[in-house]
Amino acid sequence: MADVTAPPFRVIPIVPALKPGSMEGKGPYLANEKMQEALGYPGKLVDDWHDKAIAKMGELLGKFRSLQVYMDACVHCGACSDKCHYFIGTQDPKNMPVARQDLMRSVYRRYFTFAGKYFPKLVGARDLTREVLDEWYNYYHQCSECRRCSVFCPYGIDTAEITMAAREILATVGMGQKYSNEIIAKVHKIGNNLGLPEPALRDTLEGLEEDVKDDTGIDVRFPLDVKGAEVLLITPSADFFAEPHIDSLIGYAKVFHASGTSWTLSSMASEGANFGMFIGSYEQLRQVALRIRQAALELGVKRIVVGECGHAWRVAYSFWNTLSGVGSGADETDRFAQMLQKQLDHRYRQPTHICEFTLDLVERNAITLDREANDKHIITFHDSCNVARGSRMGDFAGGQFEIPRNLIKAAAHNFVEMDPNTTRERTYCCGGGGGLLTDDLMDLRVKGALPRMEALKQVVDDEQVNFLALICAICKTQFSKVAPAYGFDRKMVGGIHQLVSNAIRLGDK
Amino acid sequence: MSIVFAILFYLATLLFVVGLAHRIRIYIGTPAPLKIPTTPAPISTGGVVLRMTREVVFFESLFKANLWTWGLGWLFHASLALVTLRHLRYFTEPVWGWVAFIQPFGIYAGITMLLGLCGLWGRRLFVERIRYISTPSDHLMLLLLIAIAVSGLLMQFVVHTDVVAVKGFFRGLMHFSVQPLPTDALLLLHLLLVVALLAIFPISKLLHAPGVFFSPTRNQKDDPREKRHISSWAKQMESES
Repeated sequence: MADVTAPPFRVIPIVPALKPGSMEGKGPYLANEKMQEALGYPGKLVDDWHDKAIAKMGELLGKFRSLQVYMDACVHCGACSDKCHYFIGTQDPKNMPVARQDLMRSVYRRYFTFAGKYFPKLVGARDLTREVLDEWYNYYHQCSECRRCSVFCPYGIDTAEITMAAREILATVGMGQKYSNEIIAKVHKIGNNLGLPEPALRDTLEGLEEDVKDDTGIDVRFPLDVKGAEVLLITPSADFFAEPHIDSLIGYAKVFHASGTSWTLSSMASEGANFGMFIGSYEQLRQVALRIRQAALELGVKRIVVGECGHAWRVAYSFWNTLSGVGSGADETDRFAQMLQKQLDHRYRQPTHICEFTLDLVERNAITLDREANDKHIITFHDSCNVARGSRMGDFAGGQFEIPRNLIKAAAHNFVEMDPNTTRERTYCCGGGGGLLTDDLMDLRVKGALPRMEALKQVVDDEQVNFLALICAICKTQFSKVAPAYGFDRKMVGGIHQLVSNAIRLGDK
Repeated sequence: MSIVFAILFYLATLLFVVGLAHRIRIYIGTPAPLKIPTTPAPISTGGVVLRMTREVVFFESLFKANLWTWGLGWLFHASLALVTLRHLRYFTEPVWGWVAFIQPFGIYAGITMLLGLCGLWGRRLFVERIRYISTPSDHLMLLLLIAIAVSGLLMQFVVHTDVVAVKGFFRGLMHFSVQPLPTDALLLLHLLLVVALLAIFPISKLLHAPGVFFSPTRNQKDDPREKRHISSWAKQMESES
């Protein structure tokens, strides 16, 4: 692992000076042959990688309007140039969104445009050489697909779409990333990112039941594979044992218990995360999502609720209906989606975020929260990027901002906001999203967390904040790991349902 | 000379129209397989129209991003729009009332357009990170527009040209009859630069103009839970499995 250094906080958030080449390198570990082949990619860099990469690029340009338009529309205005947390933290100019896009755009121009074919120098077009390919691998793994740049671009150019395409092209020629591919392979084989098999999962859940019983004296169940349950809960597998994730899982269970909702987890689909998105593969994205449909059909559930996970919620909210029919409004002729949509209860939004689910119960007085239980916490909320910019909750634009905040306020007295330039749709990624939550990228992760850590520092100093509330498993892991590098206690990180868990009144309903 | 310019204008217009139509056909024909609006996104079609209007008319996202770039960029584009509309008087007979009304504003817009362009070029030259991302064509594009503005303004304020004859030439072009074009250098330069602009439009970054309307992060409705959104090629996978 490279040396890890946290950059000093900036006194005023000014645009950093450029440090060209500061993040040059080899990028994260390459996926090994077995892992690549498990996903249907070549094991190692193929001999005809050049032609294959260009062909794949042409295919993706024809399949994704986003990619085609975004390759053409950029005017290099620089609106995005100071918006990326990785640029701010590393000062490497290739981490400016426009420059990151140009790594691919320069190749697009060379092979797919008139100007680039005949006047390459003039428009900054480049041949796809081995150096360029390596550069792609390095810098497209310094993007967390957080889409902050897309908020500010006058044409809505979304670097995430380009990063995804680049990673898909790289994987197609044999350069997959170890961490993401490994996880997808585990999902296909076992059902979750952590490779937790059914007996281990069952064992974990039983242990949790005992812990909660010891703690509260009440039998809160953690059901697995229960046919005919009303709700199927899909949550990131980190919730089953990682800290502080597990406290949120306990929170969900208490909410179901207190409201008398029958629910279940599924051993086949015991994972909310969908790393197919991170590697840009529609096919992987779809395969991972189809498990949910299968589990829902087999268990006969009426509702699907998603736990605290950022990109999982984006995939669930924005893509599940497309990929597997979890939602409403499928055509009569849409056989696969119809099967599931006939079964689901359309009085409820499908899928539902756990925060929507819980806040609705609070508002209907179906559960009671004692806010005093969280009085020792002064809480601030980090909007997770994929929730803030890629998905929604509730029935109104911006519900994904209000609903988690309202739930925190329903569960606790002390809530403060961070700098408005760093929250809601302007939120900064935690620095570990997009398939970068791996130790071989620790230096990047620490540097990428800088803008969020600065905003946090402000409310810690001014408002004595001691709890950073989150609704994303990656954010929880990332902050637990990098916050100490910036002088914070890792224990200040926790989930919203951890607060709900503290406050909820059990037993008397 | 009149013949040469007539041919140039016909060619440039053809390249502009056919090139642009071709690009737009590619955009329309390429599916958007996933819902990817950048939130908070409108839930209704009316909301999308409103969002797109704010984006196209006021450059809303750019306003959020950087006030300098927004101010200079908006000044340039708004001025360019006025100046272009003012030029309608060379193509219409009788001149429409509102075109006559905006003539004086259009003339001053030529000046503000130049100011906006110089400001944008200044940013490109002096702000380190904007300089880093600039290609030669980015500079040339600004130079081209600046040259068009300067030559136009010189004709307005310094060396006048025979605008009646210019109008005769363009009215003639519209009816496929070549009329004499004045031959002063400034006018010919101005027209030559406009020809160049028309011709490179469909193969350059000027494609941002049609592109913005096809940007899925901006033109999509945020309703994935309510409506299944599936592209033709993705549907294909469905029938295979």
